[in-house]
This record gives sequence, structure tokens and C-alpha cells, in this order.
Amino acid sequence: MSEADLETWPEQGQNKRVSEFQRFLRVMFGRWLVIFGTFVIVLTVFVALFAPQLAPYNPNKVNLREMIEPPSAKHLLGTDEMGRDLLSRVIYGSRIAVSVGIVVVCIAGVIGMSLGLIAGYFGGWIGTMIMRFMDALMSLPPLVLMLAIAVMLGGGIAKVYVALGIAFMPTYCRLMCGEILSIKENDYVMAANVIGAGHIRVMFSHLVPNAFPPLFVMITLDLGFAILAEASLSFLGIGINPPTATWGAMINSGQQYLLTNPLLSIVPGVAIVLLVLAFNLVGDGLRDALDPRLRGKI
Amino acid sequence: MEQSSNNTILEVKNLKKYFPITKGFLRRTAGHVKAVDNISLKIKKGETLGLVGESGCGKTTVGRCILRVYDPTDGEIRFQGQDIVKLPYNKNRALRRKIQLIFQDPYGSLDPRQSAGSIVGEAIKIHKICDNKQTHKKRVEELFTLVGLDPEMASRFPHEFSGGQRQRIGIARALSCDPVFIVCDEPFSALDVSIQAQIINLLQDLQQKLGLTYLMIAHDLSVVRHISDNVAIMYLGHIVEIADWREIYERPLMPYTQALLSAVPIPDPIVEKKRERIILEGDVPSPINPPSGCPFHPRCWKAAPDCSKEIPELREISPNHLVACIRV
Amino acid sequence: MAPLLEVKDLRVTFDTMNGLVKAVDGVSFTIDKGEIVGLVGESGCGKSVSQMAITQLVATPPGKIVSGEVIFEGRDLLKYHPESNMMRDVRGGQIGMIFQEPMTSFNPVFTIGEQIMESLRLHLKLSRSAARKRAIEVLEEVGIPDASVRINNYPHQFSGGMRQRAMIAMALSCSPKLVIADEPTTALDVTTQAQVLDIMMKMVEHYHNALIIVTHNLGIIARHAQRINVMYAGRIVESGPSEEVFLNPGHPYTIALMKSVPRLDEKRGRQLIPISGIPPNLINMPPICSFKPRCPMVDACQSLSDPELRPVGKNHSVRCHLNISGQNSGTIFE
Repeated sequence: MSEADLETWPEQGQNKRVSEFQRFLRVMFGRWLVIFGTFVIVLTVFVALFAPQLAPYNPNKVNLREMIEPPSAKHLLGTDEMGRDLLSRVIYGSRIAVSVGIVVVCIAGVIGMSLGLIAGYFGGWIGTMIMRFMDALMSLPPLVLMLAIAVMLGGGIAKVYVALGIAFMPTYCRLMCGEILSIKENDYVMAANVIGAGHIRVMFSHLVPNAFPPLFVMITLDLGFAILAEASLSFLGIGINPPTATWGAMINSGQQYLLTNPLLSIVPGVAIVLLVLAFNLVGDGLRDALDPRLRGKI
Repeated sequence: MEQSSNNTILEVKNLKKYFPITKGFLRRTAGHVKAVDNISLKIKKGETLGLVGESGCGKTTVGRCILRVYDPTDGEIRFQGQDIVKLPYNKNRALRRKIQLIFQDPYGSLDPRQSAGSIVGEAIKIHKICDNKQTHKKRVEELFTLVGLDPEMASRFPHEFSGGQRQRIGIARALSCDPVFIVCDEPFSALDVSIQAQIINLLQDLQQKLGLTYLMIAHDLSVVRHISDNVAIMYLGHIVEIADWREIYERPLMPYTQALLSAVPIPDPIVEKKRERIILEGDVPSPINPPSGCPFHPRCWKAAPDCSKEIPELREISPNHLVACIRV
Repeated sequence: MAPLLEVKDLRVTFDTMNGLVKAVDGVSFTIDKGEIVGLVGESGCGKSVSQMAITQLVATPPGKIVSGEVIFEGRDLLKYHPESNMMRDVRGGQIGMIFQEPMTSFNPVFTIGEQIMESLRLHLKLSRSAARKRAIEVLEEVGIPDASVRINNYPHQFSGGMRQRAMIAMALSCSPKLVIADEPTTALDVTTQAQVLDIMMKMVEHYHNALIIVTHNLGIIARHAQRINVMYAGRIVESGPSEEVFLNPGHPYTIALMKSVPRLDEKRGRQLIPISGIPPNLINMPPICSFKPRCPMVDACQSLSDPELRPVGKNHSVRCHLNISGQNSGTIFE
């Protein structure tokens, strides 16, 4: 059909078709801060994966003869109050940090988004119930909520995951519900209904993919915040049981020796700051890259 | 069940759709918006019925009730002899496929994260029309060509298409279900004038090729005149006049229809100078609180005291020309 | 007599992520006192931008008025800073503007009355009570019932048609010499459209304003305008007295535009002739004659140069190499 030929006219000789992915990459990695953030995250994940190979010592091996030593050739960052190698502990601490981030966001994201999806899509009394429950959770300060749940469940790494997961859940639920409510009004959702798509299909092939960009940004940011929250719990002594090396607990125990060997608190502190900052930077980059209209929406 | 009334494909009887207005925390119903109030119409196979009215008159609601996007408050919608209002959902689904929709907004009606090919192919997948990937692909290509798009463009995403091309994708999606009846909800009004004609011609060609029946919801009277066999004029939830196109355009009886027609400018300064214009006073009343009696009487220059007493029935003035006005 | 407004070789560009958009590419036109001129074109042809540029309402950046002159009553408006007192005085005071979407043109937190009064007090230096009196007066003139009560309403309490009438009242309240109405009725229903246009025309006649109606609806132009400019891809392609352009169009685009819309009074069964293709991308314009890729008469045209706007009749000029006139213009497209 010659008409079809003519319709493609303006594209002839014009700048080549840029795929969505190429555009994404270009915007995303157009700034060095985002590249820096990505680098820090990749490095941390790498360190966490290969901690046994990278750490010079067993992080939990107590050596009372070498307590609170300054950096030396033997212990690159010195030792803590029990003579454990600080570098090894920081390296092993990254495992907890990375796993807390991932697991907590998974729990919070999966449950929160599913509930949000149900509440937004079906609405009615079921939606009202879900959203009121989330409001109740959100009305408590997050740290208090986390403390309450952690104390209720008792210590241990799995309990920390659950406590943080529940505390992080309401925001996902709310954001998802809001997104679904607005996307639901689009004509293409009605079109899917009209061509005979069922609820599952409408939800998972039209609503969720379109609701996902802002959630994706939030996930990246929350990976950082979850690490921070876990550190706070550990710092308060309610989190993961000693002697497991976690950055938060290390800052806590190091603060008594702040004057003699400040490195004990500073090194894990810097690690947390760097990683959380990296997640924030990448989250910002993602937000701009995924959709320019999203700017300022979160 | 089978009712053979000489190839009527769709019959709407006393259709009502009221939307509740809720108030307060407990969502008590405080009143109703009578979006569609007791309308009846018939469409024969292969015909186009133009449904004309101004915004808020309920024309879109009629279309959505027929598509079963909305549940009618009351009334019957008989499609191919079966009342689709009462039909259970799973049986409905097979029948619903036969009634399709073309949207007004070519931008909002396509999922931005789906490729054009996947948009067109979705219904084929849902209804398992094609049994393997090969025939599926072939069918999608066929549909693309049918609506005048290059099948090569199937992998592109909606934002890469122009408004007219998007509208074509929407039409291909509707056709993918092998429909017999298509509700066209203002399919031209969001398009540029130069593109409008392409889509009008396309819809006309498709009607001839595939024997489709259209319900053409529109507010542009010149376009409706160009493509409709019969025309129904709606005002505030009621059909106020219904007849074949010639009668409506050449012998409009209801004062509202006359005002509507005179409001449409003709692109010819000489014709325009000679035309008599009827300018209506005031605004369309709110459907929450419609006037008593004839919905049009507060703005009608022919209104008599009796007009406010009772809602006038549609009466047959001449063969197939029905008017709801006591002054005719 | 010098025209009220003379626009000469106006160029406006927008710097976008994809490149430089030449939204208005050398537009020149004039309007006399009390004249009604229509500007037709499809969306994206630069018709709105060209009008915004007159009062320097183009957002900079990304927009930029590159060159041109806008001579209004002997002064070149483009020589003044957009925020200068002079421009503020021109905007609303001497050139009234009516926009397409009356909901967004009114500030939702002030009453209709306050907004009309504000411009009256600013431009005509009226006292509060005098401004109020005048505001009620103009609202009555545009047919707002109970204007003295309605003046205290907020924009959302008005219906679409009423808002647009209030907009007209506001634009005309300071008795400007020129009114620019940008798609004034596009968002409205047919009967409301007729109603609003009718009031606008009565007002313009009453106050002897010059009026530019920007629209894509040829019918509105035919009904109301005395002269017409047709715009395509940032340029005026045809210009002339309304009757002349409608009866004897000289540019293939004008002809195609008329052939592509069904008319209420034509014989039914005519096949509509669409304009093939889509409007050109203003970043990457066709090298010669922007309409060439869509032109139905491209075979008859041998020229390889960019056509200039040239006179073909009295006050009638066309940007096309071909001599399409009178009778053959109708048959070309059959």
C-alpha cells in the first residue's frame, strides 16, 4: 500500500530509531554520580559473595592478645576489643547488609505490592480493609514499629528480616494501590476488558508493568534504607545476635573505644554511608531514566 | 430464545443507567445521575447508527452498557437475539468478543509498554483463535495490512506512531476478535483534520469488506451525516429524535435537532451568509437534577406550558421517523 | 493607513532533546483595525506559537523568538523585554487573549470577578468599586445570568461555556484594540460553540476590536472571518480574503484540507480525500517545499526550489509553484 509507505516518510533520513533500552542506558549512565553508585553496589555485592576468599581472617576468631590494635601489616585496619580482625569483620558484615537489603525488600515488596494490587484493582470493602490496616501500620513511627516487632519475635537474623519487612510494607502497598487506581482508568485497560481479558491478565500484563517504574525506584532506595534500619536495630542491640559481624553492631561496640581507636566505628560507618548513598544515587538515576514525567513524584 | 426480527443485530429496550451519588463516610446514596434514562433503539446488520449528542448526554454510557463495561440499571440489550444483560459471565465472554470498541483517544487506548504487534495479537491469544505461533504471526500481519499499516512495524511501541497510526492499531485490535458489531466512541475527534478522512475512509472500507455493523458515537454532525444510515439524537439521557440520515438532516423536527444542525458551520462563506442560525440560550442542565417534563424545554423556543408536565414519548411522525416532542 | 498589527518574518524555535524545532519559520501577516482574520492549520503547525510570540508569551527557554518584527501601532513589540512595563500593558490591556481551555486560564483560587477586576484596575487604573461595576457590566454583555451574583463565583462553579464567556468578558473588559482567540471553542460542544462564537462576534463588533481567530475548524473561519491565513509546518502557505480562499483556493494543502472534511450540505456518497502521510517533523523539514511529500500534485511540479509566498489575485497570495486556479482546483483531486 503506497499510503503506508508515505506514512513512514518523516523517518527517512532522520536520526535512527532509538530503542527504549538504549534511551534508558543513555539517561541512566549519563551522570558520573550514578556510575559511581552502581560501582559501589557492584563492589559490595562482589565482596559479599566472595567474603571467605577476600577476608584475611575468620571474623569471629577471638584473640585476646591482640585487642584494639591500630592498623598494621598483619591487621590492615587493626583489631577490635576482642582482638578480631576489623577488615575481615567489615567484609563479612557486607554479607548481612546485602542480604538484609534484598530479603527485606523482597518481603515488603511482594506482600505490599500484592495487597496494593488487590486493594487498587478490586476496591470495595476488601480494598478498604487492606488500606486501613496499612494506615494503622503507617501511623506508628517506623523505628518503634520495627522495635516492637523485633522484640515480639525475639532475636535472630530471620526475625529481623520479618520485622523490617513488615515495617517497610505499607509504603509499597500504598504506592501500588495509588498507581493501580490511576492506571485502571486508562482506556487500554478497558480495551483489554472488551477483548475478553480476565482479571489475572489485566492485572499482570497491563496494570503491573505500567505501575512498576515508580516502585522500581522505591525498591532501590529501600535497599539502602533497609540496611540503615538493620544497622539501627543492631546498634540498639535488638537485631542480629552477636558475634555475627554486622555493621550496625560494630559501630555500637566500637563507640566505647572512640577515643582510643576511632576506626572501629568509623570503618563500618563509612561502609554504611557509602552503600546507602550508592543506592540513593542509583535510585535517582533510575527515576530519571525510567520516565521523565516521574520527576518529583516520589 | 431466537427472535428473528428481520436481521436486527442489536436491540436496546428501555435501557436505564443511573449512577449513584454517594455522600458522607458511610457512602449513603444521596441521589442518582440519570446518565441514560429509558432509551430504546434497533440496529440492523451491516448498518451504521450515528448516536449524536453533546457531552454529558449519555451517549458514551449507552455504548459502554452495550459493551457490558457498565451494568445497566434496567432494560434489555438483545444481541443476535440473546439478552446479554442477563447472560452469565462465562457465556457472555464468547458473545462479548463479537462486540468491540474503538476509542476516541489514540494515546490513552494503547498500553505504552506493549508492542503494536502484541496489542493486536492479544485477543488472538486470549481466545486461542490461532493454534500455533506461525498462524498467530500471520494473522497479526494480516490485520496490520487490513488497516493500512506496514506489518514490519509490529515490533514498535505506541509512542513511535503518529495519532492516525495509533488509531489504526486500535482498529486492528478491535478487528482481531472477529467482531460483527463495533461501538465507535468518537473515533475521529482526537485526530487532525487531514488524518480524520483517512480513518473515516478506513472504517467505511472495513464495513464493506467485513460486513460490520457500527454504533457511531460522535458529536460532529457532518461526519455522522457522511457515514450513518440512521441517526439518533440524544439530549440529557433521552433519545429525542431518531430517523434515517436523510430525514434527520433534511427534515429535522425536534427543535433541539434543528438547533444542533444550525450550529454546525459549513466551510463556505457564501452559504454561511445565507444560513439562518438558531443560537440556544443557557447551558445543558445537570443530569443530577433534570428539568421536569421534556428535558429540552427550558432552552426551547417553541416550549409551551405543557412541555414541562410530562416526559414526551417517542412518536412515529412519518415512517421510521420518531420524535419526542409534543409540539411536532 | 498603516495596519494595526504587522508581523514581519517572525521566527520562533524550541530547543528540545531531539533537536531544534522551527515552530514558526518566517511568518508575516497584517491585520487592520476592526478586521477579523482567521488562522487555520493542524495541530503542531505553529499557529498558536506564532500568536503567543506577538505578546512574547513563548516560554524561554526552551522557546526563543529568533528574529522578526511585531509592529503594533507603530512600535516593534519584540524590542521590549517580555517583563517590561510596556509589554505588561500591551498584554491584556491593548491585546486581549482568549485561550482554548478556560479552566486553566482562570486561577482556581480567585473568584471570576476578582480576576476580571484585577486586569481592569491594572490596565485602566479603575478604583475597586468602578472595576466591580465594569466587571458586572461586561459579564452581563456576554450573557452571564445574574452577573452581580455570579461575579462572586469561583471558576469551577461556572460551566464550560460560561467560563469561556467569562474569558471573553475578561479579554474585552479593557477594550483592547486587538483580540487573539486561540481555539476559543475547541473544547466546547457544538451548540455552546455557536453560542460562544456568537457572543464573541457581537462583542467584537460592539467594541470595534480587531480579532484573530486561531482554529483548525474551517467552518468557523468561513462563518466569521473576513480574511484567512492558512498555516502549514511553521509557514503561511495561503493568505487572502475569506471568500476568495474558499471559492478559489490556490494551494494544494488548502484544497486538500477542504476536500478531506465532509460538509453538512454536500451530496452524500462523496469519497473523502484524505491527505496522505502525516504533518512533517519540524526538526527535520523536507528540504524543498514542506508540503511536497504529501502533495497530491507533486507530479505536476518540477521545481526544485523552495516556493515563496506570491500574489495570485487581489490580496490573495499562495506559497506554491503551480498555478492552480478556479475551475481546475476542483477537478484535480477527483
